Amino acid sequence: MFEILFISTINGVLYGMLLFLMASGLTVIFSMMGVLNLAHASFYMLGAFFGFEITLHMGFWAGLVFAPLIVAGIGMVVERYGLRHVHRHGHVAELLFTFGLTFVIQEVVEMVWGKLPVDYRVPASLDFSAFTVFATTYPAFKIFALLVSVVIFLALLMVIRRTRIGLIVQAALSHPDMVGMLGHNVDRVFMLVFGVGVALAAVAGVIAGPVLVTQSNMAGLLGPILFVVVVVGGLGSLGGAFVASLLIGLVQTYAVAFNISLADVFGSSPLSGDVAFYLDDLWNVTVAQVAPILPYLLLVLILIFRPRGLMGTNNR
Amino acid sequence: MSQKTDMKIPALPSDKRSSFLARFGIWIVAAIVLAGLPYVFSSGLAVSTMCMMGTMIIFALSYNMLLGQTGLLSFGHAVFFGLGGFLTAWAMNAVAGTSSPVPLFLFPIMGGFTGLVFGIIFGAVSTKRSGTAFAMITLGIAELVSSSALILRHFFGGEEGITLDRTDMVQVLGLSFGPQIQVYYLIAVWCLISVAAMYAITCTPFGRICNAVRDNPERVRFIGYNTQTVRFMAFSLSGLFAGIGGGLAAINFEIMNSAQMGVGESGAVILMTYIGGIGNFAGPIIGAIVVTYLQLMLSDVTDVWQLYFGLLFIGMVMYAPRGLAGLLALQQPLLQTRQLHHVAPYYILALLPGLVAISGLSMVIEMTYQLAVKTAAGPAMVFFYIPFNANSPLPWIIAVILFAVGTWLFLRAARLAGDAYSQALAWRKLP
Repeated sequence: MFEILFISTINGVLYGMLLFLMASGLTVIFSMMGVLNLAHASFYMLGAFFGFEITLHMGFWAGLVFAPLIVAGIGMVVERYGLRHVHRHGHVAELLFTFGLTFVIQEVVEMVWGKLPVDYRVPASLDFSAFTVFATTYPAFKIFALLVSVVIFLALLMVIRRTRIGLIVQAALSHPDMVGMLGHNVDRVFMLVFGVGVALAAVAGVIAGPVLVTQSNMAGLLGPILFVVVVVGGLGSLGGAFVASLLIGLVQTYAVAFNISLADVFGSSPLSGDVAFYLDDLWNVTVAQVAPILPYLLLVLILIFRPRGLMGTNNR
Repeated sequence: MSQKTDMKIPALPSDKRSSFLARFGIWIVAAIVLAGLPYVFSSGLAVSTMCMMGTMIIFALSYNMLLGQTGLLSFGHAVFFGLGGFLTAWAMNAVAGTSSPVPLFLFPIMGGFTGLVFGIIFGAVSTKRSGTAFAMITLGIAELVSSSALILRHFFGGEEGITLDRTDMVQVLGLSFGPQIQVYYLIAVWCLISVAAMYAITCTPFGRICNAVRDNPERVRFIGYNTQTVRFMAFSLSGLFAGIGGGLAAINFEIMNSAQMGVGESGAVILMTYIGGIGNFAGPIIGAIVVTYLQLMLSDVTDVWQLYFGLLFIGMVMYAPRGLAGLLALQQPLLQTRQLHHVAPYYILALLPGLVAISGLSMVIEMTYQLAVKTAAGPAMVFFYIPFNANSPLPWIIAVILFAVGTWLFLRAARLAGDAYSQALAWRKLP
């Protein structure tokens, strides 16, 4: 029992940190431009596939560096020639633009890499077990992934809090016009922030690719959970996104680990007749099977009891 | 939704009592057209295509009650379409075989009722917020429902879905609804009723307040309305009509599948509504017809038709945010002043290089697809009846040239067309 709990906790924190890598970029982009980038998970997928492709030719470490850079470039082009153009048609048009982008990226990935999972492996230098708890060995790559996401999180925090660049970014969040008056190119700041944001998602893709499955549906699977994270945390709140990422990461991992159903706890269904026939599914479903819908249940609960999210400030 | 997008709203009801023909003429014409269509397009494929279009028109218009009229971007509208369809299917299966005197043509009411009930339930949660948060909540609810559908296997039939038999009902007036043509008329009647009802809603004070909530929610609060209540009512009503559409789809296909209420279907209705045009009541109708037709036609021609849809959608968002209906509405002042013939040649001038650019782009897409996915078939391929080898550089060079030159000429011609358009309008104002 303790063993399951321990392993699940590490896995949950790892999953939560990966979610936060993406959610942080998404949150910064949202609070800056007021547009929620629906294609954020698609950039994560692009990161994973570029990482895979570069790993084939130049090795994993090159992939870890270059894949996010390429994705950042793509992101900046999208911002410069797409989003900025759509901006004058209003927020709904911006959302729809990124929504259309998810379609296109998904189709392009399927066109180039096919619909089946690609063979994206853990690099040999990290393919050993880090430690053994009771009888379970824990792979070193997962620890590495955890370290990378924690380091990036801390670095991001330092850049935003302690550097001049962070100061300009923070100022551009609240007073873009004033920052423009002071001689900073706000458009370029926006473009860079968009690039850095999607690059963070790409980093998550490169390091999550070997652990999870690198497949053309990975954006569709992860995207909705990502948006749950930012709404539960409170739109535009980095701290909220951090808490919500960890919360959802842990909830989902714990749920998968506990394979029990109502029938296991209370015995066979007390209902009879037609009602039992339809509620049978509900009675016999295990917690593990429910795991995929838990984030959405959490979302609905949060909305009922705290509509602005865990740490949301404004009621946008 | 910002105030910048000045939406075209239906003309305000005038004070003087208009004649019967002026008020209802358009609906009479629509009824005659709907009745006559199967005689013009009489093939089996055409009739079943029109059946699909009919359900999609209801679905897209119900979606536009949210997006176009109230400014609410929902990513989970197919939930109501799907649940309406499933409940209709279950109701029909419950009645089938028994001698209950419920004829088939009343069953879409069940779909509509389901849509309304779930619209009220989900609306109570999601309309607490507006804007981006609302969009994310609807996405979450859509995921919640479609994932639950895979857990509740008895009710939703798992991956296969549940089937029904529409001929197994009490027959009124000798209508068995076995032949597709009878289903067409069933859908046509329901389509006409729903479209008329939705149009009527846009003309009521409630419809106007919806527009106001879209354009300036703060001001609506100042004049004493609760914006959340308005959003909630619009959401529930659009659920009602989506449910009717779902019920008709269940009757049409005789099968309901949990994929029909998934995120993909919700995406399809966004595409339809937006490509048609959200600022105009007729927009979603045009969108539903065009997109359904393109879906059927393109999926025959190419395997990557969804990519073309994505590109078309992005193109519309970027360059024609009012959709096809918006483009058509631009021509109205020209028609009124009989200036269209001055501008029309420029449209054709722009259309030709546009087609060249599109063919170049699609050539690149198809060649990439041939090399990357259909590797087993080898590099030899056929594009527009022209066979060639996708591995050789020549077709790539040709494709890029077609695309580049076509785009350049299109942009120039488009500028000329724009000049001609504003000139024609200016000429009207001179005398």
